[in-house]
Amino acid sequence: MTTLTLAKALNEGMRKAMEDDPKVLVMGEDVGKLGGVFRVTDGLQKDFGEERVIDTPLAESGIVGTAIGLALRGYRPVCEIQFDGFVFPAADQIITQLAKMPLRSLGTIKLPVVVRIPCGGGIGAVEHHSESPEAYFTHTSGLRVVACSNPADAYTMIQQAIRCDDPVIFFEPKRRYWEKAEVDTSATDGWFPLGRARIARPGTDVTLLAYGPMVKTCLEAAAAAEEDGRSLEVVDLRSLNPLDTPAIVESVRRTGRCVVVHEAPVFGGFGAELAARITEECFYSLEAPVLRVGGPSTPYPPSRLEEHYLPDLDRVLDAVDRAFAF
Amino acid sequence: MTADASRGAQAPPELVQLLTPEGERVEHPDYDIDLTPEEVRGLYRDLVLVRRVDLEAVALQRQGELGIWASLLGQEAAQIGSGRALTDADMAFPTYREHGVAWCRGVDPVNLLGLFRGVNHGGWDPVEHNFHLYTIVIGSQTLHAVGYAMGIQRDGAVGENGAATIVYFGDGATSQGDVNESFIWASVFNAPVVFFCQNNQWAISEPLEKQSRIPLYRRASGFGFPGVRVDGNDVFACLAVTRKALADARSGQGPVLIEAFTYRMGAHTTSDDPTRYRVQDELEAWKLKDPIERVRAYLFKNQLADQAFFDEVDAEADELGRDVRKRCLEMPDPEPLAIFDHVYTEPHRLMDEERAAFAAYLSGFEDEESGR
Repeated sequence: MTTLTLAKALNEGMRKAMEDDPKVLVMGEDVGKLGGVFRVTDGLQKDFGEERVIDTPLAESGIVGTAIGLALRGYRPVCEIQFDGFVFPAADQIITQLAKMPLRSLGTIKLPVVVRIPCGGGIGAVEHHSESPEAYFTHTSGLRVVACSNPADAYTMIQQAIRCDDPVIFFEPKRRYWEKAEVDTSATDGWFPLGRARIARPGTDVTLLAYGPMVKTCLEAAAAAEEDGRSLEVVDLRSLNPLDTPAIVESVRRTGRCVVVHEAPVFGGFGAELAARITEECFYSLEAPVLRVGGPSTPYPPSRLEEHYLPDLDRVLDAVDRAFAF
Repeated sequence: MTADASRGAQAPPELVQLLTPEGERVEHPDYDIDLTPEEVRGLYRDLVLVRRVDLEAVALQRQGELGIWASLLGQEAAQIGSGRALTDADMAFPTYREHGVAWCRGVDPVNLLGLFRGVNHGGWDPVEHNFHLYTIVIGSQTLHAVGYAMGIQRDGAVGENGAATIVYFGDGATSQGDVNESFIWASVFNAPVVFFCQNNQWAISEPLEKQSRIPLYRRASGFGFPGVRVDGNDVFACLAVTRKALADARSGQGPVLIEAFTYRMGAHTTSDDPTRYRVQDELEAWKLKDPIERVRAYLFKNQLADQAFFDEVDAEADELGRDVRKRCLEMPDPEPLAIFDHVYTEPHRLMDEERAAFAAYLSGFEDEESGR
């Protein structure tokens, strides 16, 4: 066991993947000498060289488009998109090519490309640096979409994503990059499957469903609720596509109440998919409708307002109260 | 508003030509080609056969057997010339109109039809043929080609006996961001890639003036690599220029942009109506520069082929057309559950669930059909 920040855990995971497989490449803006604007790729170019850790020209479509070409030649590129709001120039390559080319080829092509995206708010940034675009990608079949929430998962999941033969959109909670935890870097197998949710905190009264940065917020809410005598179960989805529906259903049938929490706007957000599925699968177990806590259905506000925009402990507990009011 | 022609004015464009529309062999200071009579007859055969497949596909569409078809009529020389310049180790990335290049890469013409008939999105193995699937979104494949070329570099496959990629796109595509980004990537990384732009003068209804104020091949200089304009209806010149560009790329000298100056003699696709936007005189003028007629004239004038040869190729073309038609009509519709196949390479829970649910739904109709 070693104590790592989430950023360092990702770094160590990528390093391990590059050591294990010479076909693994890292590419993106400023990923070389600088080590990325969040230092997630720190030191990789120094150790693996410019051929494997590629500082690219400043164009996101070019990053993903050339990564597809490298994958066609047998490489496993890991692309860094610098910030969530900058992924959209690459959206065409991701949605029309990366997601669909294997199907187009009737299975003769596989595209093991990872697109890493630091996501979410809470760091006092200017516009386009705090978004949560996961629903655009979960709506695109052909992609796997995952979101890590803590250093231990980050270390494992980045390696799993790189080993996966499908394209993976890998969301990283940027405001949790500097949070530390124990990580077992010796384990190379016996991992949970990529796509498996985890119960981050067991409980009996309400299921909180979260992923990425909101897992910690939900854990804090659960700790606070305990003082009020309420037992909240926190489920960290880890993977949004595929979704670990059995784990979710098992939890909600047990608790009878469910609150979904994400930073993205509620309207048309991933929570809508969760609420619909849970309603269908757990209808006779539910004591209350599935409630959603998320950002207002507005663009992300200027950062002086972000504490009002982002779901926090109180907003989560407010929803829990409402779930009990039915 | 039109641009002031005096701004950015340059010398008139140059054009590499080795065979005139009249079938006269001409010299060029930078490019030459030495073909045996058999090789010239081979090129003629290629040109005739791909035009015949194209004609058959247009007819199949008119008869409702294909949903749509993108004709290559008029662009045969550009495609056969460049396609025959490739070695087996080279990789080609096409648009959706490169039926002639597909022919050169050994793709069965019937397999091109699946996409247009609606039975699949791409019906050949791109690895087997080193010929990627057709890409419909304009210009996307240029980045794939450059990435692939970067892979060639990382494999150490540049240099003697090296490999290169060639990527096809049209005049309209040169306005796409992806094409410009691919130029930048290729230049910065010195990637072994040949950009083969078939300037057929029309992007559906928009003439070249809507895309560019300068000859397209000159754009290359702004990105830091050579550009050359070749007579796209001259199969000799297309072969010579592409061979040279590929050799340069394979040996590590980096990218080249080739602008094959040609003409889309047919509609953009079978859904298009060019009479709405271009005049008949223009088509008539280009008919005089037909890519096949000039090779036929060259063979005839130089007594490199007799009438029996031409008759033989025509008969082979008709037989190929019949065969393509027959096998197109025999192409089976996919099974409904094929919708879920190959979406993911690894097992995926949602695909499994939805496939099973859809199968169960469909099985309800089997009961009805069996009269129960």
